[in-house]
Amino acid sequence: MKTFKIGGVHPHENKLTAGYHITTAPLPQQAIILLSQHIGAPAQCVVEKGAHVKVGTLLAQANGFVSANIHSPVSGVVSKIDSVVDGSGYAKPAIYINVEGDEWEDSIDRSNTLVKECNLDAKAIIDKIAQMGIVGIGGATFPTQVKLMPPPNMKPEVLIINAVECEPYLTNDHALMLEKADEIMVGVEILMKAIHVTKAYIGIEINKPDAIDLLKEKSLEHQGIEIVPLQCKYPQGGEKQLIDAIINRQVASGALPVSTGAVVQNVATAYAVYEAVQKNKPLIERVVTVTGKSLQNPGNFLSRIGASLSLLIEAAGGLPEDTGKIVLGGPMMGRATANIEAPTGKGTSGILILTDDEAHRPDASPCIRCAKCVAACPMGLEPYLLSKVVAMGNYDVAESHHIYDCIECGCCSFSCPANRPLLDYIRHGKGKVMAIMRARNANDKK
Amino acid sequence: MNIITLSIITLAVIGAIAALILYAIAQRFKVEEDPRIDQVESLLPGANCGGCGKAGCRNFAESCIKATSLEGMLCPVGGNAVMKQIAGILGMEAVEAAPRVAVVRCNGSCDNRPRTNIYEGASSCAIAHTLYAGNTGCAYGCLGCGDCVSVCSLGAITIDPKTQLPVVDIDKCGGCGACARACPRNIIEVRKKGVKGRGVYVACMNKEKGGVARKACNTACIGCSKCAKECSFDAITISNNLSYIDSDKCKMCRKCVDVCPTGAILAVNFPPKKVTTPAATEPATTPTPEESNK
Repeated sequence: MKTFKIGGVHPHENKLTAGYHITTAPLPQQAIILLSQHIGAPAQCVVEKGAHVKVGTLLAQANGFVSANIHSPVSGVVSKIDSVVDGSGYAKPAIYINVEGDEWEDSIDRSNTLVKECNLDAKAIIDKIAQMGIVGIGGATFPTQVKLMPPPNMKPEVLIINAVECEPYLTNDHALMLEKADEIMVGVEILMKAIHVTKAYIGIEINKPDAIDLLKEKSLEHQGIEIVPLQCKYPQGGEKQLIDAIINRQVASGALPVSTGAVVQNVATAYAVYEAVQKNKPLIERVVTVTGKSLQNPGNFLSRIGASLSLLIEAAGGLPEDTGKIVLGGPMMGRATANIEAPTGKGTSGILILTDDEAHRPDASPCIRCAKCVAACPMGLEPYLLSKVVAMGNYDVAESHHIYDCIECGCCSFSCPANRPLLDYIRHGKGKVMAIMRARNANDKK
Repeated sequence: MNIITLSIITLAVIGAIAALILYAIAQRFKVEEDPRIDQVESLLPGANCGGCGKAGCRNFAESCIKATSLEGMLCPVGGNAVMKQIAGILGMEAVEAAPRVAVVRCNGSCDNRPRTNIYEGASSCAIAHTLYAGNTGCAYGCLGCGDCVSVCSLGAITIDPKTQLPVVDIDKCGGCGACARACPRNIIEVRKKGVKGRGVYVACMNKEKGGVARKACNTACIGCSKCAKECSFDAITISNNLSYIDSDKCKMCRKCVDVCPTGAILAVNFPPKKVTTPAATEPATTPTPEESNK
C-alpha cells in the first residue's frame, strides 16, 4: 500500500458523518463576505453600499497575481462595507449583504445535467477558473489559477488529485465523491487539459472504500485517470506528502511542489472547476462538515459562503451544552474559535464541536528527549529543538535547522508524551524566520 | 630516566615554548584600548538591556568615549546619576535627561474585561497574538502571558494574579524599553517619569469604534474626544477612536481624568485628592460593573 516515507501519525479517525448525504443548509438572513478568503492579497471591493446583487454577481476583484475574485453567494442588498470579527477574533474587512429571495445570475447553469464536453483551450480554462474565483478549497485556499500556471522552466507531467481527507472527523470530500463522482471526473479532465498532461492520479485513503470503488468504476470511462488507494496516515493530504506517496518524488527544501512535475489539486477544487468551467458557476457554496460527538444532527452541509458558523451549527442541531471547544477545520490543523458569529469562507472545510472532556490540553511537562516528535515529523525536522530555540529567540539557529520547511501539520504536538505545545512555538518561529528572510532578500536586492 | 620525570620535563618545555610564542604574538598584535572604557563600563549597571540603543553596556561605554558630547547619550537604567559620573571621567559636561518609566496602557482586568474563552496554548504573548485575538473580546488588550516580565532584566514587572495585568515597579524600572519591544500589541510605552513617579496616561489601546470597544471592556477608550477638548495644553490627540496623551506636553492637571466617561485615563501615584464634593472622592470615574452592564 502506497504512503509517504517520512514520519506521520495515525490519529483516531472519528469520521462520524461518513456516508451521510449532503444536505443543503438554510439560506442565511445576512451574508458576511470576507475580502480575504484566500492566500495572497485581499480582493478589491467593486460594489457599493445599497447595490442590488444576485447570486454570482462579482463583489470583489482579485488584487494582484496571487489573489482571487469573490462573488456574491446570495441575492439581496449590500447593507454595508465594514469590518467583521472573524474566527480568529480579529476584525477583517468584509461586505455585508441583507438576503432577499434567491435570485441567480442568468449566466449560471443551475440544472443537474452533466456537461462532459469542454471545447475551451488551456488558456481559456485558466482564465475562466480565475474569473470564477476558484481557490484550493482543501484548506490552504491558494488561488487555483496560479497553481495551473507554473514558472516557464517547470513543466507539469502529472496531475494529482488530493482526495485523501486525512484529517480526522472531516467527511466533506468523501460525501462529495460519493454524490458528484461524474462531475469530479470531468473536472479532473478539464484540469489535465489546462496543464497539458495526459495522466492524473486520484489519491484516496483506504478508509473510504466506497469512494474508491465508485471512482474506479467511473475512471474506466475516462482516459488517463488512475485511482490510487493509500494507506491511512496523517498528513497524507499535505501536498509534498501526497507527491511522495503517489509518484515517489520528493520536493526539495524551499522548492515549489511543481518542480517535481506534479500539480496537486483538491478533489473539491476539481468539482468547483467543473462547475466554473461547464456551468459558469463561481465559487459561492461549498460542503462543510459540521461534526462532534455530542452534536444532535451532525452532517455534511452544502452551505453558502458567508453564512455564519452559528447558522450551520443550528442546522446540525444547535450547540450542545457540554461544548468545550469549537474548531474551524479538522482537529489536527484547524483553529479553535471563540466567535460563532464569524462568517464561513471558501476555506471552511468543517466545524468541529469538541466536548468539554475532549477539549482541554493537558499541562505540559519538560521535554524528555524521547525524539517521538522527530520520528513523527513528515518533513524530517527536529521539533523539540526548533521549539526550544524559538522560545529562546535564536531565530538564526531555527533558520539553519530549516524551520521554514514546517507544514504546521501538528504531528509533533500530537506525538509528544510530555504534551508540549511544540507547534505553537514552531509556527511562531516560522513566521519570524520567514519575515527575517524576506527582509534580507529585500535588502540584497537593493 | 624515570618516565614520570621525563613527562614533566617535556610538558614544561612545551609549555614554556608555547608561552613564549603567545607572549610574542600578544606583543605583536597588541590592541591599545582606552582604559577609560573599563572605567565607564564598571559604572554602568551591567544589565545589557539595550535601552540606550546600543548592543550592551560595553558598547555604550565605547560610544561614550568616542562621542564629542554626551548629548542624547543616556543609560536609562543608571539615569542622570551615572551619566554625571561618566561625564566626570571623560571631562565632559553632563546633559540632564528626564527619567523615563514604562507604563502599561491596558486596564482590562478580569473585572473590567470579562474573559470569553480559555487560552491553553504556549504561554507566550507573541504566540497567543499570532493565533487569535485573545481570551477576551478585545483584540488590542493585554494577553497576560508575561512576555514583558520575562524580558525585564531588572525584575521591575510582575503580573498581578488578581487583575492578570502587568504591574511596573516604578522604583526598579529603568525605562530601557525592553518590555515595550517584547509586547506584541505595543501596549507598554516608555514615558516621561513625573515627580515621584506621577503620570497621566490613557490605559487603553482599543482602536475599535466606541460601542464595540466598550462591549469588550468597561474601561475602554471610546474615542469620544472629551479629554482632548478639556486639555488646555494640546497634549491629547485622538486617532482611530483612541486618545493619546503626549507625556512631554502633559502638565498633569488631571482635568482629562475627571471628564473621561469610561475611566480609561489613569492618574497614577498622585496623593489622594482633597475632598471638596462627595463625588470627587471616587477614584477616577470607573463605573461599577452593574452600571455598565445595563
